[in-house]
Amino acid sequence: MLPELAAAAIVVGLSAYLVLGGADFGAGFWDLTAGGARRGARVRGMIKIAMGPVWEANHVWLIFVLVVFWTAFPVAFGSVTSTLYVPLFAAAVGIIFRGAAFALRGEAATIAEARALGAAFALSSVLVPFFLGAAVGGIASGRVPVGNASGDALTSWWNATSVIVGALTVAAGAHLAAVFLAADSVRAGQPDLVRTFRTRALGSGLAAGALAIAGLLVVREDARSLFDGLTSGGGLALVLASGLAGLVTLGLEWRNRFELARYTAAVAVGSIVAGWAIAQRPDLLPGELTLDQAAASDATLVVLLISVAVGMLVLLPSLRYLFRLVLRGDLDTEFHPLTAGDDRTQA
Amino acid sequence: MQALSFAVHIPLVCFGISFPAMVLFVEGLYLRTGDPLYKALAKRWSKVMLILFAIGVVTGTILSFELGLLWPEFMATFGAVFGDAFALEGFSFFIEAIFIAIYVYGWDRLPRRTHFLTGIPTVITGFVGSMMVIAVNSWMNNPTGFSIENGLVIDVRPLEALFNDNLWHELVHMYLAGYVVAGFVVAGVYAWSWLHGKHDRYHRTALVVALSVAALAAPAQVLVGDWAARTVAERQPTKLAALEGLGPTTKDAPIHIGGIYDEDERKVKSGIEIPKALSLLAFHDPDATVQGLEAVPPQDRPPVNVVRFSFQSMVAIGTGLAALSILYLAVWWRKRRLPRSAWFYRAVVAAGPLSVVALICGWVTTEVGRQPWVVYRIMRTSEAVTGADGIPVGYGFLVAVYLCLGAVAFVMLRRLARRPIDTGEPHRETAVRGSERRVGGS
Repeated sequence: MLPELAAAAIVVGLSAYLVLGGADFGAGFWDLTAGGARRGARVRGMIKIAMGPVWEANHVWLIFVLVVFWTAFPVAFGSVTSTLYVPLFAAAVGIIFRGAAFALRGEAATIAEARALGAAFALSSVLVPFFLGAAVGGIASGRVPVGNASGDALTSWWNATSVIVGALTVAAGAHLAAVFLAADSVRAGQPDLVRTFRTRALGSGLAAGALAIAGLLVVREDARSLFDGLTSGGGLALVLASGLAGLVTLGLEWRNRFELARYTAAVAVGSIVAGWAIAQRPDLLPGELTLDQAAASDATLVVLLISVAVGMLVLLPSLRYLFRLVLRGDLDTEFHPLTAGDDRTQA
Repeated sequence: MQALSFAVHIPLVCFGISFPAMVLFVEGLYLRTGDPLYKALAKRWSKVMLILFAIGVVTGTILSFELGLLWPEFMATFGAVFGDAFALEGFSFFIEAIFIAIYVYGWDRLPRRTHFLTGIPTVITGFVGSMMVIAVNSWMNNPTGFSIENGLVIDVRPLEALFNDNLWHELVHMYLAGYVVAGFVVAGVYAWSWLHGKHDRYHRTALVVALSVAALAAPAQVLVGDWAARTVAERQPTKLAALEGLGPTTKDAPIHIGGIYDEDERKVKSGIEIPKALSLLAFHDPDATVQGLEAVPPQDRPPVNVVRFSFQSMVAIGTGLAALSILYLAVWWRKRRLPRSAWFYRAVVAAGPLSVVALICGWVTTEVGRQPWVVYRIMRTSEAVTGADGIPVGYGFLVAVYLCLGAVAFVMLRRLARRPIDTGEPHRETAVRGSERRVGGS
């Protein structure tokens, strides 16, 4: 019971990170593909105001996931990090670049500076979700054995499942970002940007759906037990729920109901994560370690769960306050296109 | 590698601990007096705070990755014992992130009082967060709250592990260090402007606030340092022996200032000897017996000269900072003004980077002094490390990344500092421009 609760906390944290942090990474994807300095200026300006106040908070979810993981399942954590050190290190470096570039970009004064920072920001935005997704793929397909660096340093994350999960993570982030940005553009009163992001939302939504279906086929060949888990019982229910939420999201986007689409898109992503967790139950490292074997002692878990519960009591109202302020537009900065040499972004 | 990341992260932590309090103090002055100058200063500082915090989030994330990437065995064995501290730390970090964002973006958008109130959680969470991280470190120095049977950790009592006896002095020491470092670094920046002829009210206020914070914390830190050293003497005698380069166990042990510990001759050479001082300081008794390095076998001793040199640098700098603080406080008390000598301002400029050096020295002292143990007398550092290769490549890469990060942050803060100050009174802006800001250590 206790290990399951701890695992559930990780699943919730991971879903939140994927939805909120993933959307930030997705925004980086649109930043990267927005085109030249002039053409992309309006898109980039919107991305900047949408992300500003929530950026740090969204990324602390990852720290939350790591912390619960190593406290509740220390042996599995050691095995995962020492075997998957390549993608995790790559993701960590990507997070450095991304955070630094985003934090400092508003201060860039020359074209060259803004370009360099923008490129670092956008590129790492794509690399981080890919590598994190690839790491998850490695775990899910049973390529992480127990022990200090006892798995293969390369094939543990460079394999069919990992690559498709990595690609799916990038696509899902891009889709969430497009939906959120479209909704934010409505609020900012920029109809042309609403249209821009609507197109992107529909396109990336279809791409994410296609990748998810392709992913199922790949997993069927590459990791049969995971596939069986995803196509039966609770796993199947969640996969179907995710698919349904995805379809509803596309419909809402088509009809320009972006504020609602925010939530259905989040449900689609969250159910996939939960589905994965259900599918590989009762294993934590498939074929190697079950949740119960991996779990820390009850005393630790009890303190951890109480900490998490008490923490959430403080955290959730705070987070709600922040999101309410943001969604009401109380923290919005004024919209203007973000081009190089722009010095008006902060007073 | 982790050491490098810590060296970058720790000075940022100091700002996380103490800067919100300073910003709020200035905003409080604004709320009381309605003087737009205070608001301008608080607003400016809050932007610096956001940039430093954003970089702190990044380095903090990297650190939690590195714990797993570099020390998988350490985490696998003891993650369950101290993990709860990090869980709480994670939450406080989270809440700090939320309220810093609301605070910084909420200027002029939220009602004044609400805005002030949203700053308060950042002060509290800064304290709780650092407390939890220190709890883990103090636990590594004083591992309790679990038992070991056949190499397996059993019977974990997480609360006992966290609130171990080492926590309190380490926490107070670190917390004060946060105020000393942030205070002196900020004061150093404004002292620099002062030396370059900017004597207006804005710079004066900034200097006085920052310097007062540092000056109140620095002398107190000396006393806390004594408390910390006595606890070390009691619980980690080998570390104390390394601090002072004490070979054989000695009664009436002396202290040497400077000099180098010679392993063959088992004593410190070419230092200035103060007889009985170590016994006096460590046990408040000039005749006390102090355990030497030789009480443990050679493979259980830390690298003495590294520890000793860091410790002495920290003490020297700390004493200097305390002296500077007392000078400042004395002049303020007697004459109600800032000292006039240019040398005072030069000293404050130097105090900024020096306080960062002292901070890092202090951390080297406690960490290297614990070697070869990662968990004191339980797990050796060599047993904790990852079996994966490629560490040197990663290390070089990380150095390059941090150098870029530091350079970029420096340029950005400098540019921020050059912007006209937003006092709401346009005609004054031209007079008060430009000051150099330094990000300590990064």
